[in-house]
Amino acid sequence: MKIISCIKPVPDPASRLIINESKTWIKDNDLTFVASEADNYALEEALRLKEKHQGDVAILSMGGDEAARVLRSGLAMGADRAIHLLDPKFKGADEFAAAETLAKAIEKDGGADLVLAGVQSDDLGTGMTGVMLAEFLGYAHATVVIGVEADPAAKTLKVKRELEGGINETVELPFPAVLTIQFGINQPRYASLKGIMAAKKKELKAWSAADLGLSDNLVGKPGAMYEVKEVFVPERKSRVEIITGTAEEAAAKLVEKLRKEAKVI
Amino acid sequence: MAFKGLDFYRIDDLLTDEERIVRDTVRRFVDEQVLPVIDKHFEEGTFPTQLLPRMAEMGLFGANLPEEYGCANMNNIAYGLVMQELERGDSGLRSFVSVQGALVMYPIFAFGSEQQKRHWLPLLARGEKIGCFGLTEPDHGSDPGAMETRARRTDKGWVLNGTKRWITNGTIADVAIIWAKAGEEIRGFIVETDRPGFQAPEIKAKLSLRASVTSDLILDDVEVPEDSLLPETGGLKSPLMCLNQARYGIAWGGIGAAMACYDCALEYTRGRTQFDKPIAQFQLVQDKLAHMLTEITKAQLVAWRLGKLKDEGKLHFAQVSMAKRNNVWVGLETARLARDLMGANGITLEYPVFRHMCNLESVYTYEGTDHIHTLILGEYITGLPAYK
Ligand SMILES: Cc1cc2nc3c(=O)[nH]c(=O)nc-3n(C[C@H](O)[C@H](O)[C@H](O)COP(=O)(O)OP(=O)(O)OC[C@H]3O[C@@H](n4cnc5c(N)ncnc54)[C@H](O)[C@@H]3O)c2cc1C
Ligand SMILES: Cc1cc2nc3c(=O)[nH]c(=O)nc-3n(C[C@H](O)[C@H](O)[C@H](O)COP(=O)(O)OP(=O)(O)OC[C@H]3O[C@@H](n4cnc5c(N)ncnc54)[C@H](O)[C@@H]3O)c2cc1C
Repeated sequence: MKIISCIKPVPDPASRLIINESKTWIKDNDLTFVASEADNYALEEALRLKEKHQGDVAILSMGGDEAARVLRSGLAMGADRAIHLLDPKFKGADEFAAAETLAKAIEKDGGADLVLAGVQSDDLGTGMTGVMLAEFLGYAHATVVIGVEADPAAKTLKVKRELEGGINETVELPFPAVLTIQFGINQPRYASLKGIMAAKKKELKAWSAADLGLSDNLVGKPGAMYEVKEVFVPERKSRVEIITGTAEEAAAKLVEKLRKEAKVI
Repeated sequence: MAFKGLDFYRIDDLLTDEERIVRDTVRRFVDEQVLPVIDKHFEEGTFPTQLLPRMAEMGLFGANLPEEYGCANMNNIAYGLVMQELERGDSGLRSFVSVQGALVMYPIFAFGSEQQKRHWLPLLARGEKIGCFGLTEPDHGSDPGAMETRARRTDKGWVLNGTKRWITNGTIADVAIIWAKAGEEIRGFIVETDRPGFQAPEIKAKLSLRASVTSDLILDDVEVPEDSLLPETGGLKSPLMCLNQARYGIAWGGIGAAMACYDCALEYTRGRTQFDKPIAQFQLVQDKLAHMLTEITKAQLVAWRLGKLKDEGKLHFAQVSMAKRNNVWVGLETARLARDLMGANGITLEYPVFRHMCNLESVYTYEGTDHIHTLILGEYITGLPAYK
């Protein structure tokens, strides 16, 4: 089974975030980056599938030097090889541009039986990249996956998905497919020290936009479908009002307010 | 929430990717596996043995020893970072790893025969055997050269007699490195703890390192075969070489405990209001926080440089003494100040600070007391030994 697991480098959730001068993003040059949490679950799932069915697990990340470090961690956990999409032109991508770039890389790598992504990223949390990636690749997909069973001989997958309200469903998909992996599907392993040492010797190749045959208007900011206008800290608006009077008076006032001001009844 | 570390001087920039990954991996292990259970173990006075298989899988035992013996062959910075992170969890866990790696695996590696190395090191690395190190005796602590334990040669091998005290892991160990005088010379022996005449009762009612097992070792005519002797040992220098390995790790461990206490005190003083202000806004409180951050940063630089010297083979034991003495003091100083800043809450097990403070009192004493390291430095500086 050939599996490619996508990893997005995101600011360490423990960092203190400061908005940049132009208010379009956070100041990210001083931050530590880690793998987006859901991507750790995805990689763990990929490694377990490989342990069960044999094959090859590649990890794929788009970003600067921080992506290389995140890929090294993934190799230390047990991935076989890594592809780093490294090009200043990739900067400013939205989910759409990212998905197209990732898709091109997967195609250049010869495609895969299974592509895994996190259900959403820690920083933007839109949950769109995996689905768009499937569309660009023309692969089947399933989202919010909490269980995967693969049958490499039949080239099918049986996948458990989490729906709203505590209900799950099981769906069957053919290879090749893209799955977006839900938090908590497994317990990601700790890299062993030997694994960390061995990671140094594993393949980590870098591909640029030109390597992928992507023209400038399709990647990074020019390739994006939307633009972030402003990043801001939500204003704290907690208004407490104590309604006085006897119980009957207070209840009447409350109903009035709920109806006229809050417009909820 | 995950521990975010403390890096005021951007010391992370000095670390390689591998070193950072090692640090972050052990950090996550401590957050997820150690911190949720450690208070209970400390309170009940038990060692968290259930964590050992995972630690072995991660390769934390003897991590800086060569791969051919089943170890990870990490450099000394990475090894130090492992110790730092473990001690951020609890000194008991770090002590276990120090003893297993630096005091049991290291002497077998440094003084053992090829056969002893091939037999014991992989077993110890995999955590299938637990080891302990018996040097200290009831009447001989800082002056181990005066030890009374004796090894007598017989036609079948050796017979050991004596008592060791304050031995970490003693009761749970499968194997003990026992230091004994054969004639006038101190030699090291690998002794399986199930041999007749060997007892290891646990020392109870400790108020420090409660999540670590400490024991007496009683050797009453314990017979061991000839090949239990570590052939390359000879004189007090041999056990001191082991201690030097362990002290190196402790110099990193002190930083871990200090970071945990500083982190806790900082968060607490920001959130705690007295006289209508967060107490973090009072000058006296800021003075203590500034002092802690300064000392921790200095300790980090000392440890990092020491690791580089060790990797380059340029290390002098007096440099290790300076780092052990300083960094354990930084840990203890930080723990005590953090305790103070947390008022009454600082004395409970609900926060890690008092636990670290209690633990560090042992760390201050073992592996060469603060005084002894002062005297080692004193002798280095003046050329005049002041021990006796
Ligand atoms: C929890 C714990 C675990 C331990 N684990 C181990 C272990 O696994 N293996 C092992 O072999 N040992 C172990 N030890 C023992 C430890 O190494 C000794 O406690 C330490 O060496 C000090 O010896 P002592 O306790 O006999 O104190 P002493 O040597 O009696 O010292 C008491 C005081 O006198 C001071 N002093 C002594 N000599 C001088 C001098 N010349 N000048 C100035 N001051 C001096 C000391 O600094 C100290 O302040 C452990 C100890 C503890 C507390
Ligand atoms: C075992 C125990 C028994 C106790 N028994 C009793 C009892 O019987 N009855 C009772 O009433 N209380 C009792 N106490 C409470 C004790 O008096 C308080 O813990 C003490 O007054 C400190 O208050 P705090 O713990 O809220 O710490 P805080 O007041 O929150 O202080 C925390 C830190 O902030 C510092 N700080 C606070 N304000 C300032 C400032 N303006 N400038 C500089 N630094 C400041 C403090 O010095 C300290 O370092 C007991 C406490 C303990 C631990």
